[in-house]
Amino acid sequence: MKIERKCRVVEKTQMGDAVYMVLAVGDMVRTSGVRPGQFVHIKCGDANLLRRPISICQWTGSRDGDTLTIVFEVRGEGTAWLARRPVGHTVDVLGPLGNGFDAEDGPYLLVGGGIGVPPMLGCAGTCGGTSTAILGFRSKEKAILLDRFAEDCVNCLVATDDGSLGYHGFVDALVRQELEKEHHYQGILACGPKPMLKSVAKVAAEFNVPCQVSMEERMGCGVGACLVCATPMKDGTVKHVCKDGPVFNAEEVDWDA
Amino acid sequence: MLDMSVKLAGVTLKNPVVVASGTFGFGREYSQFYDLGELGGICAKGLTLHPRNGNPAPRIAETPMGILNSVGLENPGVDAFITGELPFLRQFDTKVIANISGNTPEEYGVMCEKLSAAGVDMIEVNISCPNVKAGGLAYGTRPELAAEVTEEAKKHAGGVPVMVKLSPNVTDITEIARAVEGAGADALSLINTIRGMRIDVNTRRPILRMNTGGLSGPAVLPVAVRMVWEVSQAVALPILGMGGVSKGEDGAQLMLAGATAVAVGTALFADPFAPLKVRDGLADIAAKQGLAAVSELTGGVKPW
Repeated sequence: MKIERKCRVVEKTQMGDAVYMVLAVGDMVRTSGVRPGQFVHIKCGDANLLRRPISICQWTGSRDGDTLTIVFEVRGEGTAWLARRPVGHTVDVLGPLGNGFDAEDGPYLLVGGGIGVPPMLGCAGTCGGTSTAILGFRSKEKAILLDRFAEDCVNCLVATDDGSLGYHGFVDALVRQELEKEHHYQGILACGPKPMLKSVAKVAAEFNVPCQVSMEERMGCGVGACLVCATPMKDGTVKHVCKDGPVFNAEEVDWDA
Repeated sequence: MLDMSVKLAGVTLKNPVVVASGTFGFGREYSQFYDLGELGGICAKGLTLHPRNGNPAPRIAETPMGILNSVGLENPGVDAFITGELPFLRQFDTKVIANISGNTPEEYGVMCEKLSAAGVDMIEVNISCPNVKAGGLAYGTRPELAAEVTEEAKKHAGGVPVMVKLSPNVTDITEIARAVEGAGADALSLINTIRGMRIDVNTRRPILRMNTGGLSGPAVLPVAVRMVWEVSQAVALPILGMGGVSKGEDGAQLMLAGATAVAVGTALFADPFAPLKVRDGLADIAAKQGLAAVSELTGGVKPW
């Protein structure tokens, strides 16, 4: 049986524009298991009717109590409410939800863009430290979690839109460079805005490397009942980000829809 | 011992709380949270004769105490429901109410025939969809069209009760209610969503890809209460009341206004357990008021 839990905020840090938050989640990790790319659906105050889906960054499971780390940007009233929760307060959490990345034995090429970067850290953890991260941000000020990726990956490359840090340009150019140089990757795992995912998927297809992408869409129930988070597939069908995803094989997705 | 059962168009519900069509899929997702046998009934996701992909996303926008949606009747079609979903729903000790939408009166008839043969407990007829023949005019906004669809549904539903779901997007909902009653409907459900729109002021784009959508959630509750009250005075049919119900008191308001049972919808998205909380809240209210049966609430409003 699925349950909703009251989870205590045990740590909160401002990370550039993002909020880094650790939640005490009881035995959630031990009983449900967590995969990178899954999300939690968090109730953000009584004034906001809908929960907010936030991808899981990292997790721990132990007899002393499990934890989940989420990293999110304040985008509206709901996430602003969540960002204001003080340490020690509780939030109502549904999850873990959705299908995560299917990746155990690395090395993988982990590609994250903006607020799509945090879930890739969870991937880095499960891939046994053998992967390479390629992370894109608008500018140096927006870059987050770089030290963590440096710890959990063999290599961490950064691209910024304005060139203020690392490569001046988009991540797909770095993906191309890396795939030209190295041929040992099991696949590409990516999370970020749809245009970024589309261009990464295109490079992956060129090099014939399997690619999984984590998609985003406005959600309602988060469990697959209300059908609002529809995303079109190449075969003409519609899938739902919350239940069928958020992670899809890149070749399934209709990128031109 | 408080009697929680109610009788809606001859069908006994173990309690007056049903889940609203379109908010509960075909039950599979929420069956992971609790036994669906706890519910009075399940209005399944709206069906059409043929499968539909629905509208492009975004299909949802949050509004003050409400949401707008424009799913666009995404569904696998009535045949896939009967073979793939109905057997699952039948495992639970609850009433299964199929919800149908058609492009023509004939399509409603065909679906009723299939569903009646397959064995559902009730058919909820959604008349808020456009009539292709009449140039896309919604059946639910014209009494004679609503009556035509109701007649066709009744003709093909065998012994299965037909409940017609009324749209609030009309000048006088009692006019439609009377027409549908005259055409032989066994029950009414109301209200469907209220048409609305939300615009992102920075991009100047509507949030919904279809520009407009249907408003639901607590914001619409007073409209639902008012319409149920008006309709209950205009017709003798039993009413399934819905619109913004998220707690027992909301359900009790609709019942006092004249509803026999109530449906919970949008509240599910924040709280999967909302229908059970509404049920327990209704039981508390009925018990506190010293009632022997929750059904005594129906129509009990004392208007000034």
